[in-house]
Amino acid sequence: MAVLSYLEAIRETLRQELAHDSRIIIYGEDVGVRGGVFRVTEGLQKEFGEDRVIDSPLAEAAIVGTAIGAAINGLRPVPEIQFADFIFPAINQIVQEAARIRYRSNGTFGVPMVIRAPFGGGVHGALYHSQSVEAFFAHVPGLKVVVPGTPYDAKGLLASAIEDEDPVLYFEHKAAYRSLKGEVPDDRYLIPIGQADLKRQGKHLSIITYGLMVSYALKAAEELEKDGVSVEVLDLRTVRPLDVSAILQTAKKTGKVLIVHEDNLTGGVGGEISALISEHALFYLDAPIMRLAGPDVPAMPYSPPLEHAFMVTPEKIRDKARELAKF
Amino acid sequence: MATEVVTMPQLGESVTEGTINEWLKKVGDTVDKYESLLEVATDKVNAEVPAPVGGTIKKLLVDPGATVPIGTPICEIEVPGGVEESSASHSPLPTSQSAPLATEDHDRIEAPAPKVDAASAGERGRYSPAVRRLAEEHGINPGQVSGTGAGGRVTRDDILRASESETMIGAVSTSKAPASQSAGASLVVESIPAVIDEGDNVRPLSSVRKVIAERMVRSKQTVPHAWLMVEVDVTGLTELRNHMKRDFKEREGLSLTYLPFMMRAVVEGLRTVPEMNAQWNQDSIVLKKRINIGMAAATDRGLVVPVVKDADQKNVVGLAKATQDLVQRARSGRLTLDDLSGGTFTVDNTGAVGTVLTYPVINAPEAGIVTFESIVKRPAVVGNMIGIREMVNLCLSFDHRVVDGAEAGRFLQVIKKHLEAIGPDTSIY
Repeated sequence: MAVLSYLEAIRETLRQELAHDSRIIIYGEDVGVRGGVFRVTEGLQKEFGEDRVIDSPLAEAAIVGTAIGAAINGLRPVPEIQFADFIFPAINQIVQEAARIRYRSNGTFGVPMVIRAPFGGGVHGALYHSQSVEAFFAHVPGLKVVVPGTPYDAKGLLASAIEDEDPVLYFEHKAAYRSLKGEVPDDRYLIPIGQADLKRQGKHLSIITYGLMVSYALKAAEELEKDGVSVEVLDLRTVRPLDVSAILQTAKKTGKVLIVHEDNLTGGVGGEISALISEHALFYLDAPIMRLAGPDVPAMPYSPPLEHAFMVTPEKIRDKARELAKF
Repeated sequence: MATEVVTMPQLGESVTEGTINEWLKKVGDTVDKYESLLEVATDKVNAEVPAPVGGTIKKLLVDPGATVPIGTPICEIEVPGGVEESSASHSPLPTSQSAPLATEDHDRIEAPAPKVDAASAGERGRYSPAVRRLAEEHGINPGQVSGTGAGGRVTRDDILRASESETMIGAVSTSKAPASQSAGASLVVESIPAVIDEGDNVRPLSSVRKVIAERMVRSKQTVPHAWLMVEVDVTGLTELRNHMKRDFKEREGLSLTYLPFMMRAVVEGLRTVPEMNAQWNQDSIVLKKRINIGMAAATDRGLVVPVVKDADQKNVVGLAKATQDLVQRARSGRLTLDDLSGGTFTVDNTGAVGTVLTYPVINAPEAGIVTFESIVKRPAVVGNMIGIREMVNLCLSFDHRVVDGAEAGRFLQVIKKHLEAIGPDTSIY
């Protein structure tokens, strides 16, 4: 078992999957010759050839639209959107077409496609290279939205996403690419989509989160442990479908819930989680459900102090969790 | 004919059981709705309980003297004209004596833990859904649990801890150890059992005795008592009283004692040193806004401490009336739970038993108790001469966690100054 970065885990999975299933094709902007702007697909074109790892035009709607067609016709496309911020030209293809084809065709056709896209801020990417877009897609029935928080999960979830018969959006946090490292088994394995993972057991309060924020929440939990506050961390791993039973289980266990995401507060995934808990676990709650999220400002600022102010950090999580623990 | 089952009423939020003193009706008697049915004694008061329905007494289920938990069926009344056997239980309606139970003050009656009073008014009585559910499941009154949450809020963990300590303690008495105390803090050492020889008279504890015993043990075990005494020249005060007492008795219909003057002086002391009108709250100190002075009163049932509410808003006459009223009702067993709750400081007129020096036990969670000893004539230096003066000792026990000797001393000095400033011409109105 090797220690891999989050990025390496994704690359190794793509390599393994390309070898495992000849129907898989990868394409997107600069994914071939250049190996992707973050080098996620580095070396894959060389290894699997230009027919399977394809440089696409700068046209996101076309990337997704052709991927849908390829998927319906038997391939397993894994298109990449260079930055999640650029996904909006393709939203019509994703929401109107990919998400609905199974329903529209009465189950005759599916779109086994995985759209990979790096997202998130804290990397001085400014307005067009920092956004979190998961909530837009989490709203849409027919889509699955996966946001892994560790290298291990990144591998197992990507393999599952590629095996899935329906469209999956797979969001990779840019700040996680090289900062998160962890042991990843060499062999192929699958982590079921829609299954949350309890990353840390605790008894005083639960932090429910996903993606990069999982590692931040764990850091905060470690610090709070020193003050005698025992924090449970639930990693959703998938924001659509949500693992409702895991969410309710931890909420009922600790009675205090803090939901954390970098995506801005209003209309974020946290609101849905909060609603589920108050609908199904009201009589277990010992405190108001709290949310810590990015502020409702139009975009991630470029100015480093402002960017820092925008980002959810381990310190902010710690402070908010402490407030909740004291309630 | 339908049968109504009468259950032991809840005579206060913190009261969990009641003792039946006396049945005022016997089997076969008819009883009107609201007519007194029985007398119930709780830790604090005796109350006559009215019948919830009119009818014929069919069965008395509990003998006089027995103590049963709230909600236990105690009597069956056959109601004429009922259509069917009713299985519904009726709690008797609250008596006029227990009427004040409905007020918010009542969850403080037992004042079991130092923190009970600590929550801000906003948090009192507001419980999270989890707390409500767990309290109900474990049969715990959350009002009796000390809160460790923000603003003294009772948290889910507080309830869970309370239920654990309850199972550990078992059904010892209605007044439980403070729920939030950790096992380490509430180290309870078993008392050495009495040696009973032949011919000894073993008297079972009355409920009042039980409560007093439990309170005293808890206060002495948990509150670090410190003690101070000052000597006060009350020659002027005795002159004033002697000079006024006949007129006063005629006009007001009650005797003018020293107690209201002492209380007035204590109020001054508490105003000047608000730290003495405070309570220990684990990680904070609660400075009480109201000045409610408890006065220790001996009755043939034992010691009770009725409380003069808002003593700072009364002059000497007002205090005289209030104290007189409380003492009379204490002696006749007619105090309400409201009379006994909400104290923020206690005054004990130990001079009445003839002492000149006592070491009083603090009425926790209050921060202090002051005694007034016997007024005795003694030679004293006045100016540069020796005169015969009326002297009294004031003894103060205080919670050394809350204040230090400096504040406590200042408090006594204010009282001393106030009392010594009283002369034959001082107005008591």
